[in-house]
Amino acid sequence: MEAKFEALLRLGDNALILGHRVSEWCGHAPVLEEDIALANTALDLLGQTNLWLEYAGEVEGKGRSADDLAFLRDAWDFRNVLLVELPNGDFGQTILRQFLFDAFNLLNLRALTGSSDPRIAEIAEKAAKEAAYHVDRSSGTVIGLGDGTDESHRRMQDALNLLYPYAMELFITDEVDAEMAKAGVIPSPDTLKAEYDALVNGVIAEATLEKPEAHFGHRGAGKTGKMHTEHLGHLLTQMQWLQRAYPGNAW
Amino acid sequence: MYAQMVKSTGQGVKSRDEMSAEERDFQDKVDADIRIEPRDWMPEGYKKTLIRQIGQHAHSEIVGQLPEGNWITRAPTLERKMILLAKVQDEAGHGLYLYCAAETLGVTRDEMTEMLLSGKMKYSSIFNYPTLTWADIGAVGWLVDGAAIMNQVPLQRTSYGPYARAMVRICKEESFHQRQGYDIMMRMARGSEAQKRMAQDALNRFWYPSLMMFGPSDANSVHSEQSMAWKIKINTNDELRQKFVDQTVPQAEYLGLSVPDENLKWNEEKGGYDFSEPDWDEFFDVLRGAGPGNTQRLTDRQKAWEDGAWVREGLMAHAEKKAARKVAAE
Repeated sequence: MEAKFEALLRLGDNALILGHRVSEWCGHAPVLEEDIALANTALDLLGQTNLWLEYAGEVEGKGRSADDLAFLRDAWDFRNVLLVELPNGDFGQTILRQFLFDAFNLLNLRALTGSSDPRIAEIAEKAAKEAAYHVDRSSGTVIGLGDGTDESHRRMQDALNLLYPYAMELFITDEVDAEMAKAGVIPSPDTLKAEYDALVNGVIAEATLEKPEAHFGHRGAGKTGKMHTEHLGHLLTQMQWLQRAYPGNAW
Repeated sequence: MYAQMVKSTGQGVKSRDEMSAEERDFQDKVDADIRIEPRDWMPEGYKKTLIRQIGQHAHSEIVGQLPEGNWITRAPTLERKMILLAKVQDEAGHGLYLYCAAETLGVTRDEMTEMLLSGKMKYSSIFNYPTLTWADIGAVGWLVDGAAIMNQVPLQRTSYGPYARAMVRICKEESFHQRQGYDIMMRMARGSEAQKRMAQDALNRFWYPSLMMFGPSDANSVHSEQSMAWKIKINTNDELRQKFVDQTVPQAEYLGLSVPDENLKWNEEKGGYDFSEPDWDEFFDVLRGAGPGNTQRLTDRQKAWEDGAWVREGLMAHAEKKAARKVAAE
């Protein structure tokens, strides 16, 4: 059961931390339509968080709710990849990170609809529909900005150079993944890479961007919780503040 | 109400004799509750007043995202976070409907945005007040949305078609927001001592600014008189403020919170509460830009607009390239 708990935390924490980051844009986007779209994406991700973490709490069997897991764990207990906890940067960096994650999320969720665990399959079914829409939107914006002006092209290339290596953490496969894949609960992340490459390479090409070196030196530090970036602690300080300052209060 | 001190022609309402034939026809339609549509003839003053009013309302929705957005990353539970995000998203949507309604009058969204950022157009004074605790998010929903609804419900019957239709959609969502705000207040007022204190403090800080949302008494205002004749404005500011107080005081009592007004008293004769006026000097200070949050709000919006310029330009350039490629391929 411990591996399943870990696997669910990875799903929930990726959605939670990225949802939080995206929600930071609220009221500050470049155009009104983007404000609406970013809020919508954040909402979908938080909805997914709720479903994953609620189930994680049940699987763990210690009576922890989704809120307990979101608001009362410290950084080392988080299992999100480093990509999603990085600060937003400019809009280009935000939307490129979104695309790199959305593409993985979509393929992963589609595979999860065939999970041997019916609850996971059911959550994935719902979330995959949202993810398909997210990919449509983020890929379209990446293409538009990559193939826009000189400035927008330069900014998107900078964002890609920074973020692409981080995306490689999504495919690192460890013992938890191996055990869960063997039981048919989740797909082994490395098996999603070929399809991911096809999708991402196509969009990068259409955006007239150049794919950078893909070496990721952090060794899966986020998803195992071994070593997050310094950014996560600050994010949690903000996110968890009320629950920490007024323990046990109902909101 | 998100429109305050909207100037009209400043000339007072014309008598029928002073009106041209077109103006008389127009006024007859308004009097008969026939909606004015974008292609219909309308007096220049009507158009200008509407642009000011709808623009101010739209800007309020946009700037109004900021005080609430201030708590999205700190919302105490996943559910509260989602509810707040959905609410702020609705507000951006309201801004969009309203800008579209204003565009039917021949002013673009970008032009209106520039006017907001340069300070030529205003937004509601209320959004210059800070949200300092989580209870403020409850108070904003309960009081600010509550006050907004007071004005917006009658505006569903306003004379200009696109504006009235935008209001219908907006009102549905606003009443939902108000209930959510009240729900937060209820939870806080029935919660721990610290939460109760937070709730009372939020009411103390937001009570008078909420009363200011209706604007000062306009009983003798030539602008209001003209707007009411054109059915752009349906009720006087005092009528709406009274209605708001009468509705809100029992809600505060139900929460076990006290309204910060020593003079608040039920007046049997008028069938409503007597209450203290807000500090109108403070109101005018806020309108002039000297409120607690004016600089921060406007700076935030200016920064978002400037930082986003490359994105807007990039997407436009891409759309043009795409169109050119399509033409070349044909």
